[in-house]
Amino acid sequence: MSQNDEVMIGLEVHIQLTNLKTKLFCSCNNDYRGAEPNTYVCPICIGLPGSLPVVNKKVIKFAIRLALALDCKINNQFWFFRKNYFYPDLPKGFQISQYNKAGGKAFADGGKIAIRLNNHKKDIILNRIHLEEDPARLVHKGSIATSPFTLVDYNRSGVCLIEIVTEPVIRSPEEAREFLKQLKSIVQYTGISNLGLEGSVRVDANVSIKGYDRSEVKNINSFKEVERALRHEIIRQKNILKRGKKLIQETRHWDDKRRITIPLRTKELEEDYRYFPEQDLVPIEINKDFIQKVKSELPEMPNERSIRFRKEYGLTEFDSYNLVLDKNFADFYEEGVKSYPSFGSEEHKLYCNWLMNDISRWLNNNNKTIKETKITPKHLVDLINTIKDGKITGKIAKSFIPDLMVGVNVKVLIEKTGKKRISDKEYILKIAKEVIINNPEIIKDFEKNPRALEALIGKCMKKTKGRLDPELTRELLLDLLSNKIKKIEI
Amino acid sequence: MELYNYMGYELIEKIIKKDLTVQDLIQATFDRIETTDNLLHSFTNLSKDRALKKAKEYDIKIQKGKKVGRLYGLPLANKDLICIKGFPTTCCSRILKGYHSPYNAFVIERLVEQEGAIHIGNTNMDEFAMGSSTENSCYGPTYNPWDISRVPGGSSGGSAASIASGQAILALGSDTGGSIRCPASFCGVVGLKPTYGRISRYGLVAFANSLDQIGSITKCVYDSALLLEIMAGKDPLDSTSVNINVDKYTEELKKPINKKILGVPEEFFREGINNEVKSSVKKSIEKLESLGTTTVEVTIPHLEYTVATYYLLCMSEASSNLARYDGLRYGKMSQNLKGDVYDVFSRTRNEGLGAEVRRRIFLGTYALSAGYYDMYYIKALKVRTLIKNDFQEAYKKCDFIVCPTMPSTAFKIGEKVDDPLQMYMDDALTCPVNLAGLPAITIPCGFDSNDLPIGFQIIGNYFDEKGILNIGYQLEQELNIYRKTAPIVKGGK
Repeated sequence: MSQNDEVMIGLEVHIQLTNLKTKLFCSCNNDYRGAEPNTYVCPICIGLPGSLPVVNKKVIKFAIRLALALDCKINNQFWFFRKNYFYPDLPKGFQISQYNKAGGKAFADGGKIAIRLNNHKKDIILNRIHLEEDPARLVHKGSIATSPFTLVDYNRSGVCLIEIVTEPVIRSPEEAREFLKQLKSIVQYTGISNLGLEGSVRVDANVSIKGYDRSEVKNINSFKEVERALRHEIIRQKNILKRGKKLIQETRHWDDKRRITIPLRTKELEEDYRYFPEQDLVPIEINKDFIQKVKSELPEMPNERSIRFRKEYGLTEFDSYNLVLDKNFADFYEEGVKSYPSFGSEEHKLYCNWLMNDISRWLNNNNKTIKETKITPKHLVDLINTIKDGKITGKIAKSFIPDLMVGVNVKVLIEKTGKKRISDKEYILKIAKEVIINNPEIIKDFEKNPRALEALIGKCMKKTKGRLDPELTRELLLDLLSNKIKKIEI
Repeated sequence: MELYNYMGYELIEKIIKKDLTVQDLIQATFDRIETTDNLLHSFTNLSKDRALKKAKEYDIKIQKGKKVGRLYGLPLANKDLICIKGFPTTCCSRILKGYHSPYNAFVIERLVEQEGAIHIGNTNMDEFAMGSSTENSCYGPTYNPWDISRVPGGSSGGSAASIASGQAILALGSDTGGSIRCPASFCGVVGLKPTYGRISRYGLVAFANSLDQIGSITKCVYDSALLLEIMAGKDPLDSTSVNINVDKYTEELKKPINKKILGVPEEFFREGINNEVKSSVKKSIEKLESLGTTTVEVTIPHLEYTVATYYLLCMSEASSNLARYDGLRYGKMSQNLKGDVYDVFSRTRNEGLGAEVRRRIFLGTYALSAGYYDMYYIKALKVRTLIKNDFQEAYKKCDFIVCPTMPSTAFKIGEKVDDPLQMYMDDALTCPVNLAGLPAITIPCGFDSNDLPIGFQIIGNYFDEKGILNIGYQLEQELNIYRKTAPIVKGGK
């Protein structure tokens, strides 16, 4: 049994439906980010006496989209429950949520997300997805543990969340990361939320070592933090067991500043939420025709697209899987390769490589998505064609990337920098001779070690700022170095 | 005859005929309140300046021939748990002292903003509508205008007392287990609790939201019908309000009732019901028979479980509905801020909520707790269904169910305050109606030997307000005691 097999992780992922215009139960603006605190509020979302909730109809459509994309079984009727607890972020003293016990039903049950990790494929089985309202935002000075005060911003109160609950089938932080990557991708394709927005995702993780009590780690506020928090929590639990101590069932808080989990004020008894039906809302029937209609409007999902990319563009499974993750990225790819009809499978592959390597690297380094840059699919087509025509080298092309990302096109770049590829034999010979004469040690080395040739090519390129045709340079250098070496006239 | 002896519809006629100005009416209303409210204590907050200003505005409009709405400036007393923009809404609780609602309840929009009623003030009630005597108010009790040593009933005691004494012409109440019908019965006025969903609850502060219903307290059935016509209907802001045709209730009152069948459930006349009440109600049934109705016996077999069921459900719901009063955003927070946020919440609620409210929150919290939920809450829901079914069975045999509203007439102040269970039993004949969600009306049908009014209850099938108003009107006209204004005296015994 490997170390990871002993770990059991279940995730509860809360996703804000940021693409809604209004909140879950009132007509306040949903887009609270950047708004002055406590201005996007009304009697309903701050729970003033006498106010009543009304379900935002658009929410139902969005929830059906996600349920279909995740392969869940949608329940034909849905209603809400009250989850009762006291906290300053909860203006009514209860959260309107859904419950799958005590006669309640979640919005949808089951479902799965397929992940790949290294060469291994796995389905992460879901327990359910349900709807609930977001509590207000608590603002602390520094860390929650040390802040002298708490500020409450009710702008977030009542924003619609969808909670996705997995079965405890995740075996490692890496699997969790891959799961969240896929979930993020699916959510993006359904068009219900922009998970790039700060605070649009919150994850609670149930973590245990098989056979021992679990802990629930709350307040993991981004996908990136999940892997880190899980890794920490697993090590913490294993260390306790190593020291022969007992694990207790508890709720812990992820402190992303200190990167540790800390125990929350533990109460003597486990919290009892006293779930019971929310009778201010009547049950909502979901008819099959409506589900069908939503289904017919559902765009192609990432896994379908990946399969199609392999078929249509001859991409490898690995490439297509990664290319489709970000919808905008995949859209960019398709627009690019389709825009030039004479592109064949070689160019399709090249186009993919450029995106997955140089452009992805640039995006990562600059912490941007493709949508936030000025590069167009046409730019990349031009770049590939210019290389193919022998006008520039791959190396020069690479150096164009930063300019392309800010919207400069290839033609302008070539003219501006004069970086045309040099394939003039005479000129290359001249450079090659100079390099040979100036580097006797490398020449000496070359007699024992043919790979020293690369160093010479590098010197030639350096002298010309990479403009020489690399193949021709290699050929001429080899010529000079082997039989004709003695005839060099100095 | 004094202005306060007139029915609402009669005053409207006078105003239309220009025999009366709205300003004179409103001024007379406040004069009456000034001379009587020291004895009755019906009101918690008055809106005199706003009301007089509005009255002047309406008089000018009427003179110019402009529309002022169908209620022509009639004075409206509002129960202190229905929200009025910019006016205190305290639910007669310390915890909401100083709270002003930033919005109008749906019924206030309809009655005041659209149809020209003038809000004169808010009326006293049991804190958060929890009680049957209006003794559980942070402002102190209201006194019954027929005998000021007695309770007016509750929880809408202030509204009922204000109508019975001529302090107001129209009043709003809310009814969760009898809170309109009980005080209307004790004060000898007409109280209507419509079908659950007939009137939007938007802006009604919740006590038990699956049972609460807004209704009216008026001097006569006609006024009640008029108010319902205005208030009934679907409201997009209340998902539980129902989109069912609203009848012209005022036009249906005089229709003959000779083909109607009245069901008399034997369980509503058993031991525990005062004999004078029983005989008065039976006499009224005979009056109705003389108008041509037929009487049949029906049965509500689960009646004996209704009080227990009702209290389990309303307390459970209340424990959740009242959780929002933590003093953080509005209302009165404890001055003592020691400890963490939970300590401050506890202290605030302990200081701000009265004993009866806390009792119900405790019991409701208990009933919803893990391990007890199935035993209490779920079981109560099942009995609720049985009671609904009982009524539906009965309506296969009859059009209406007729019975006493209250087991007795008004009791003495302080008589039951230390015995909550006895107080709860007073809801025995009213709360089954809320559990089933049916409409019911109470009209005064006579007096006991202490000259205290007795209430006659007519329970209709779902959305048959038209029917119960029709029967109620015919009986009211036949009995002809509805013009009697309470004397505001201290009774004997």
